[in-house]
Amino acid sequence: MNLAALQQVFSHWLVNASDEFAQLLGNNAAGLAVYQNNYRAQLVGCLEQAFPHLRRWVGEEAFLAASITHIDSHPPHAWTLDAYPEGFYATLKDVFPRNPDVHELAWIESALNEAFVAADAEPLAPQVLAELDWDTAVLSLTPSLRCHGLTTNAEAIWSALWQETQAPEAVMLEQAGGLLVWRRQFTSRLRQVDALELAALQQVQADGSFAGLCEFLVERLGEEAGVMCAGEYLATWLGSELIVGVRDV
Amino acid sequence: MSISNPHFSGYGLGLRKEHYCDFLETSVPVDFVEVISENFMVAGGQPRHILRQVRERYPVALHGVSLSIGTAEGLDTNYLQRLKSLVDEVEPLFVSDHLSWSRSAGFNAHDLLPVPYTDEALDRVCANIHQAQDVLGRTMLFENPSSYLAFDGASMSEWEFIAAMAKRTGCELLLDVNNVFVSASNHGFDALAFLDGIPAERVRQVHLAGHSQGRELLIDSHDSPVCAGVWELYAEAMTRLGPVATMIERDDEIPPLTELLRELSRARALGAQR
Repeated sequence: MNLAALQQVFSHWLVNASDEFAQLLGNNAAGLAVYQNNYRAQLVGCLEQAFPHLRRWVGEEAFLAASITHIDSHPPHAWTLDAYPEGFYATLKDVFPRNPDVHELAWIESALNEAFVAADAEPLAPQVLAELDWDTAVLSLTPSLRCHGLTTNAEAIWSALWQETQAPEAVMLEQAGGLLVWRRQFTSRLRQVDALELAALQQVQADGSFAGLCEFLVERLGEEAGVMCAGEYLATWLGSELIVGVRDV
Repeated sequence: MSISNPHFSGYGLGLRKEHYCDFLETSVPVDFVEVISENFMVAGGQPRHILRQVRERYPVALHGVSLSIGTAEGLDTNYLQRLKSLVDEVEPLFVSDHLSWSRSAGFNAHDLLPVPYTDEALDRVCANIHQAQDVLGRTMLFENPSSYLAFDGASMSEWEFIAAMAKRTGCELLLDVNNVFVSASNHGFDALAFLDGIPAERVRQVHLAGHSQGRELLIDSHDSPVCAGVWELYAEAMTRLGPVATMIERDDEIPPLTELLRELSRARALGAQR
């Protein structure tokens, strides 16, 4: 067996732990067991570290079972273990198909992890706005921003778990909303928003145009309320350091 | 191509999250710190900020776990470029990784898997080292890993493989004394034969760590103090080596910094006796 074949057999054995591949690797049961344990313990530990509050929410046993399902079906591919938790969201949807609270908690923790090491960006200084032509202004949002729809009280659950207080029962929201995760300086932030603000922010993420944002909101709220809402959102996003650049085009 | 600080012979510790404040807010009596490269190969945020601050106060060695120098299919050029970016920013004392592989056909095991000690593997490892050193523009150090199995068909010992690798590529060595101890126990070879077999003049750095007893094998767990047998082997190693940096490597069950500094003092004392 040449080197490439040996490494492929070893990889298959780590993923499948089948006797067929173990035999191809020689009579090394004790040694292979160490590598098998290292591989799985590493990935379980990675998921536990990435989703500490989700783990508490679903319970250690259920979390471990979901982790094993994920590890068996999703071998890691990236050079960094930081990328491995990304796919767990899809597995949780399969394992907990009727628990949107679980999916949304997973999204929150995954987004917080990503935001923590996202590219740096300086918040926009307010004086930059003074001489801007708002008809042609294009806004840049912080590269750490992650947006997601919200159907449950997952934000309240996550916040309670983070503060180590009694978490509320999971309930569906009366009206779907959204979640924003981003980083201010070195601290990751989570904020629940209503559906309109989520859609407005996603509009800006898509094309950056402030005029486009106004148009989007005017269509939904009418001329006066739409323009006013755009101004309020802009002030909020500036204050939250979500906007990191602006240019005229 | 630049070589790694041939006269540096300090004593250092691995930088771990639990001790960030100690290193940033006090003057920790170490000559350098070693960081895990991949923890800082990120776009931004607190990790890079902390590393920049640490670098202002201490010399830094970069120690990787994901280069996969033994992989049959060649190196991940995206990974290499990210490492180069970090190296260019940090200007480290040393850039090291392991004589192992973790990547094959798109799969990444995230473990230090053993290389068969064959001519074919030696050719591949050397080609990969040449590529890595060319991209980084400097020599790298490669560490002997702990291993738990040996493949049939090996044509040389681990130390013969390492010696040939160093001769053919000009790479330098990171001698992990604990790994020699663990592998010698697991495979039944003479640890002193290993020390005598590697080119001592190529060793720039030494790792000391703890291990644990598994069901049948010793496990390189890095979760306990350096044991008596490893200290004895370190003393033997130091009689053979030239100027070399030594550090204590603890990755789990991280104790208070004072405990690690006590171990480092012991290393200093043994180093001074040679």
